[in-house]
Amino acid sequence: MTAFKFSKENAERVKEILTHYPPDRKASAILPLFELAQRQCGGWLPKEAIEAITEMLEVSLIRGYEVATFYTMFNLKPMGKYHLQVCGTTPCMLRGSEDLKGVCKRHLGIENKETTKDGLFTLTEVECIGACANAPVVQINDDYFEDLDEKSFLKILEDLKADRKVKPGSAIGRQGSAPEKRRAHAKGK
Amino acid sequence: MPKLVIDDKEIEVPDDMTVLQAAAEAGIEIPVFCYHPKLSIAGNCRMCLVEVKNTPKPVASCAMPVCEGMVVHTNSAMVKKARKGVLEFLLINHPLDCPICDQGGECDLQDITMAYGRSSSRFDLNKRAVPDKEFGPLIETAMNRCIQCTRCVRFSSEIVGIPELGAMGRGEDMEIGTYVQKTVTSELSGNMIDICPVGALTSKPYSFKGRSWELAHTPSIDVFDAVGSAIRVDTRGREVMRILPRQNDEINETWISDKTRFAYDGLKYQRLDQPYARREDGLLHPVGWNEAFSLIADRLQHVPGDHIAALAGDMVDAEAMVALKDLMTSLGSPHVDCRQEGSSVGMGPRCSYLFNTTIAGIEQADFCLLIGTNPRWEAPLINARIRKNYLFNNLPVASIGPTYPLGYPVSDLGNDPLILEKILKGKHPICSALKTAKKPILILGQGALRRDDGDVILRLTQEIADKYGFVQKVWNGFNVLQIAASRVAGLDLSFVPGAKGYGAQKILEGAKKKKIEVVYLLAADEIDVRLLESAFVIYQGHHGDRGATVADVILPGCAYTEKEGTYVNTEGRVQKTLKATPPPGEAKEDWKIIKALSDKLGLSLPYATPKEIQARLVEVNPLFDEVDRIQPSFWKPFGREGDVNPIPFEFAIQNFYMTDSISRHSRTMAKCVQQILGWEKAHV
Repeated sequence: MTAFKFSKENAERVKEILTHYPPDRKASAILPLFELAQRQCGGWLPKEAIEAITEMLEVSLIRGYEVATFYTMFNLKPMGKYHLQVCGTTPCMLRGSEDLKGVCKRHLGIENKETTKDGLFTLTEVECIGACANAPVVQINDDYFEDLDEKSFLKILEDLKADRKVKPGSAIGRQGSAPEKRRAHAKGK
Repeated sequence: MPKLVIDDKEIEVPDDMTVLQAAAEAGIEIPVFCYHPKLSIAGNCRMCLVEVKNTPKPVASCAMPVCEGMVVHTNSAMVKKARKGVLEFLLINHPLDCPICDQGGECDLQDITMAYGRSSSRFDLNKRAVPDKEFGPLIETAMNRCIQCTRCVRFSSEIVGIPELGAMGRGEDMEIGTYVQKTVTSELSGNMIDICPVGALTSKPYSFKGRSWELAHTPSIDVFDAVGSAIRVDTRGREVMRILPRQNDEINETWISDKTRFAYDGLKYQRLDQPYARREDGLLHPVGWNEAFSLIADRLQHVPGDHIAALAGDMVDAEAMVALKDLMTSLGSPHVDCRQEGSSVGMGPRCSYLFNTTIAGIEQADFCLLIGTNPRWEAPLINARIRKNYLFNNLPVASIGPTYPLGYPVSDLGNDPLILEKILKGKHPICSALKTAKKPILILGQGALRRDDGDVILRLTQEIADKYGFVQKVWNGFNVLQIAASRVAGLDLSFVPGAKGYGAQKILEGAKKKKIEVVYLLAADEIDVRLLESAFVIYQGHHGDRGATVADVILPGCAYTEKEGTYVNTEGRVQKTLKATPPPGEAKEDWKIIKALSDKLGLSLPYATPKEIQARLVEVNPLFDEVDRIQPSFWKPFGREGDVNPIPFEFAIQNFYMTDSISRHSRTMAKCVQQILGWEKAHV
């Protein structure tokens, strides 16, 4: 990869982000800029981007590298087009996240931290992503897919493969994390 | 001044102290890993936990400020339990490979575990494994042993000022490393080995060479630059095994440069271990001392005194210089010079060639002007002091001359000597900053002085110093940064041309024109030796370096670790080295060689014992009686009027790792040149 450069659109965004911080504290912009660069590079943060951004913010290379390695949301290796973050923490595990991982293994042929050969999917098992009421949960790029089971998860994967639109949120039609059967619980039945 | 009670001892300490420091004042030891007195407080190892009355949990004493009426226990059941717990956690991922670890015997983790730890571990799972990192030719890594104290990380970002190390990853996966396997480039990197409390960072050249308890320690002084750092020479038998710093807060604090620390292997190669003489076949043949002296005596017989000259090198001790000067005087020669590179400055009063502010004094400065100097290479520890002042007080630094990253921001005024004239006339933007500064310093490098107009620059800077209040009643901000360990002593002993005497440049030219017939090189190697081909050259020194290649007679002398010698550092501080190992073969102490030669020539010098030569030094200059102290020098006019040459300044040192006959023969330094500077071949 050659030297990293923000796209025209993103360069404008960088200018705007820098206005959030005092000029002598511009190092603080490192997180939003890394995030922006990661989006521009298709979900991962190449070395060249770290170098360009640390230079821009007058931060030493090693400090930038520390930040990039500390936050698990920065991916330092190329990722698939869809980053499947399967939550494996207790509530999701009890509600069947192991089955979801099984789907990935059987239908995509990938284990944790692997990418499919066609470059579409990368599987990462993550710790709690804070949607336990809708367990099991999978985060695909920016969206949460909730209340999944093998069947619904597989459908989502097939749709993504075929480049069809998928609908984020609950797979069983719940509104947010509202009770499954409307007010049944509240009425004491 | 708050009063507090630590282990039933009442103590009153300044209110900016921490509990740990207060305990140290009270003579109570608290074990630490991440705390280091010269670094910022991290508080991440948790080893220094103590119990403070009315706090429910143990407290990290390194980060806890003292306050009035505090009651601290460092030995209660809670503290003991906390220490055992911390150590057990630290050892969970520590490989316990002490028998094959170079730190064994001088390891903080080993010692503290013995004193405060549990006898066994309850951890029966797999330890984590961390890949070793490549830090370059000086530092060996064994990252499994790392306990993430981050001392090395803080060292590189705080003391050096060029952050190269960092903590990658998080939690259990945290690793110390450089940016994508980058070599550590700092000239102070060896100090990370000292501050590493475990065996994660160890010395690469010393790896698997010895154990700390096998070594004999000799306190001595470094001669690779003119700072005169306090060192400890560790030897086993006749061999120098390693060199470590000693603490001297007035000079090097607890650090030394990498050249000081690692160039010692040069002491083993290309040594002159017996006298040699050049025969008719044009080759050097081994001869005995007597024969060598006879050859010199025969050659000198019909040579008039003013056809003889002597040059002293950069690592020569004062004793040898005073003896050689006396010998040359008896021979009737005025042509002596300790400024082998041919510079003309140094004839003035003492303040004109000293670092008058003193190294510790840099910390009080509020403005620093660098002139033709790269302190990072010429005196890494002085650079570290400037950096320290920048770190604590945001010291503004400006520079006239070529630029080099120094580890602190420097406003580059350009590389034009004429800027000095502008500053003197008050016509430069920097003048307003100079006027407002209360304790300004200027550092005049050899890059600005080793030129034909060196004396003019000297006068100009003195006038600037006078005009802008660099010199006050109790403050002298005028500093010349010497780079040769022998230079100040040489100038103090007037090892400079006498009346009608030639300086180094003229001696060499004279030798070419056959006006000078005999040249005595006292370990002088930084000269153009081709000019000496037609002269009779006596080379006295410890290495078969440049000077020895043109020598007709070679007299083997001692390196700095092999003799008791007197050196004066750039501040004018008289210091002494001690003999750590015997010299190789038939080599002798330098002043004794000159004394023996004088006997052979029938010009017996009037001293034969170390005591007598010391007395002679004091006789020539009473300053030599004041060991380890700085004598005030008086401010008098110096330099000469003239026109400044507009040619830009050049740094005096082009290759930090190879500046002299020892470091040129060091294999470690050769690796540094290749791997750190990235040069294919050493430009020597």
